[in-house]
Amino acid sequence: MKTELGVEPISIDVGRVLRSSVESVYSHLVTRPTGRAVRLAIEEEVTGTSSTALSLIDLSDVTVMDFSCADEIVAKLLMRFLEEDRPVDALFVFRGVCQSLYEPIQTVLERQELLAVTQGSDGCCELMGRPTEEEEYVWTVLEGRGRIVAEEVSEVFPGSLQREALEELVLRRVAFVPTGDRIYYSLSNLVGGTP
Amino acid sequence: MRVIDLPVSLDFQTLDALFAEVVEARGEKILFDGRHLRWVGPNGMAGLLAAGTVGRDKSGEAPILELGAAGDVKSYLGRMGFFQAAQGIFAAGTPFPRCSPGESDVLLEITSITTNSDIHDVVERVQKRAGAILSNTLGYLQTSVVQFSVILSEVCQNILEHAEAPGWVAAQSYNWSKRLGRHVVIISVVDIGRGFRGSLSDEHSARFADRWGDVTALEAAFIHGLTRFPDSGRGQGIQQIRKQVRRWGGLISIRSGTARIADVPEWFDAPPLEEGLSDFPGAQINIVLPERLDDED
Repeated sequence: MKTELGVEPISIDVGRVLRSSVESVYSHLVTRPTGRAVRLAIEEEVTGTSSTALSLIDLSDVTVMDFSCADEIVAKLLMRFLEEDRPVDALFVFRGVCQSLYEPIQTVLERQELLAVTQGSDGCCELMGRPTEEEEYVWTVLEGRGRIVAEEVSEVFPGSLQREALEELVLRRVAFVPTGDRIYYSLSNLVGGTP
Repeated sequence: MRVIDLPVSLDFQTLDALFAEVVEARGEKILFDGRHLRWVGPNGMAGLLAAGTVGRDKSGEAPILELGAAGDVKSYLGRMGFFQAAQGIFAAGTPFPRCSPGESDVLLEITSITTNSDIHDVVERVQKRAGAILSNTLGYLQTSVVQFSVILSEVCQNILEHAEAPGWVAAQSYNWSKRLGRHVVIISVVDIGRGFRGSLSDEHSARFADRWGDVTALEAAFIHGLTRFPDSGRGQGIQQIRKQVRRWGGLISIRSGTARIADVPEWFDAPPLEEGLSDFPGAQINIVLPERLDDED
């Protein structure tokens, strides 16, 4: 279902992907080959969309994720869709990131210098990785407002560093500007009521 | 035939002498005389399998393992699955007892690691069994079983990705009342692959020039997180294991080639780096996790 912003939400249950993409009945995300198999399956689902994919990656059923799998399923997945030759445009929001998954994910994001948005069960979003001070501030403001139109940007972000940070967040795919539009959206705004 | 006496206690430190003798055997058939063996931990068991395999491969004949009549060690080895793992490696001096592994007090029996499936099996088993031991015996948080499983997964992957040879993992809890006044969990991972120096040589030896050796290879992997893979996502396993072991106040050491490197907690007396040891083909990772004390955060 494509929204008016040209974004197509797609929910991906990683537990289901794990069970269907790996030969055996593994229930934990451990070992790099397992992570790679799951990532490729996710990439295939995301690539099947016809417009910008708003990929809701649900990790609720995952109990154990080692660092190798976090690198494959989170870091390499994000990196694939940041590349110039990415198969489609995609945004990612990770759900169900419980305490035990937080550390491996944060570790690989920091190591690969990536940012990612997670959404808790209360609907609140968090920026993971290691953003700069400006990026963190700008992301938090955008998150609070939901959207900022281009004309408001100078008023909301009077400093040039903040405005640069806003553009950087778009490039790093943790904020969104629709094609032909100059409205900055937080990913949580795009997720909206998506179940 | 070369007779090698096993010590009374076989652990990660007494293994050094055992391996020195295996190297000295130079292809002679070996008889491992374990009649005086009274205690053997996960490192001892995995190390003994490694020593036996090296002895077998060098001599072309399965070495003989003779254990004493005392039932405790045999019974324990049986519960830990040692005799099953020893099939094809050792010939029994006196027949090995028929024991079935997997008794309730075993955290993780000796498990051969040759495929990714083996690692999944290890994690499945540990997720079911380790929770009670980690929280009740060691006083760790209920959620620590996940971090424990992640440690096991990462150390076992070290075998598959770097050693390219057989390896074993085992874990068990012990009451170190005399030695430490606390319970501990010991994890051992041993392989007889090409070792850290062998794994890293192609990619990293040039920059170290004539300083390249077992010590520099261990430092490169253990301290700096270097790996033979160019992928920047690699090499974090050992770093993250060290971090978690430090949080739990534990000991981690890696023995490879002629060196051993370690993060040594204050309760253990050992140097952080040892060199000039007898050559150990492959790698031996030893992790000791101590019971949490009430006054610790």
